Amino acid sequence: MRRISTALLLALAPSAALAEGKMPQMDFSNPLTLDQVGWMAVILVVLYLLLSRWGLPQMGKVLENRAAIIARDLAAARAAKQDADRAVALLTATLASARANAQAEVAKAVADAKAQAASKAAALNAELEAKLAESEARIEAARASAMAAIKPVAAQAASEILLKLTGAVPEQSELSQRVEDALAARKAA
Amino acid sequence: MAGPSIDALGQFDLTTGLGAIGRAVNFTNSNEAMLAAAIIIVGMFAIGLKAKALVPGRIQALVEVLYEFVHHMCVDTIGEEGRKFFPLVFTIFSFILLGNLIGLFPYFFAFTSHIAVTLALALFVFVFSTAVGFYIHGFGFLKFFVPAGVPGWLLPLLVPIEIISYLSRPVSLSVRLFANMTAGHVMWEVFAGFMLLLTAGFGVFGAIASVVPLGLNVALAALELLVAGLQAYVFAILTCLYLHDAVHMH
Repeated sequence: MRRISTALLLALAPSAALAEGKMPQMDFSNPLTLDQVGWMAVILVVLYLLLSRWGLPQMGKVLENRAAIIARDLAAARAAKQDADRAVALLTATLASARANAQAEVAKAVADAKAQAASKAAALNAELEAKLAESEARIEAARASAMAAIKPVAAQAASEILLKLTGAVPEQSELSQRVEDALAARKAA
Repeated sequence: MAGPSIDALGQFDLTTGLGAIGRAVNFTNSNEAMLAAAIIIVGMFAIGLKAKALVPGRIQALVEVLYEFVHHMCVDTIGEEGRKFFPLVFTIFSFILLGNLIGLFPYFFAFTSHIAVTLALALFVFVFSTAVGFYIHGFGFLKFFVPAGVPGWLLPLLVPIEIISYLSRPVSLSVRLFANMTAGHVMWEVFAGFMLLLTAGFGVFGAIASVVPLGLNVALAALELLVAGLQAYVFAILTCLYLHDAVHMH
């Protein structure tokens, strides 16, 4: 109930207030009502001149300036990015070629080393081969000379043995022939 | 009624301002508020343009936002020709906006709540946009009142309707602003006076109950802030629309 009466009072209050007196806005008998328009015209003309001649162009220039700077900086950034991209591409290419070069060098060095090692081994082999042959020849010569030296000693010993056993001195040529045969037979065995 | 009464309309009373000089030349209290609005606008530009910083400070950012807002409104609504009318639209918009806003402060006069003021502004916009129409199109501008693609026998009916709707533009433009601002300020005053009435009528209980109109006034303050911006925007965008019609005839 109270709420309704409050609402009623609220609804009535403005109309009551409006009915009480005339609206000053509609009081055109008051010279001030129209005089304020004249002064408003003066104020607006001054405001318009100040804004259109000074404030707005200056502010427009500030905004244009900023837009130009932003555009310039963006262009610079774009150019820098292109440079960076180019540098990265160059770097990648350089790295790839350097890697290829290095691999070729390594392969060449390995091949060289292998070839050198092979040639060294071959030379060593040949040397050893030669030394071996020489040694063999020396052994052969020693053996031959030893063999040659043994023949007269064997013939001498045989003739003395025969002299003691038989008292006869065998013929020298037959003796040496027999020694030869015996040595040959031993060699064969 | 004894004790306090609600005087919702006293706030709209015109008196003379600026002391004896104002009295001599009928410079009113509403003109004082207009002067304050103009000084605030020019002052904001003066402070905002002092640094001309690449990265704006607060005031400069505020002026820049206002500038770009109105500039976009002009160019988007009127087209490229809108650049020529931009200073005019900006002056009208900022003047009404500041007038609405400073009118919200206690003891400040809300000059946009005077029909003489809003009607003068609306009539200026009306006469100016009509003049622009005739300046650009000559007497061809009269074709604006003949809707395209309409059968001939309908024209005697439609052309008067078009003319009446065109002539009613300044009325709707001015009454919209005047009524919005007046209604808001009257409501404020009524609720505030209502608190006094409650306290005088019901004592302590009434004083406690007057929290309700106080709360309403707080909510109303937020609404009035919205209305202040919105009505300035509506006035400016309609100015742009009328200029668009004058420039493009459709």
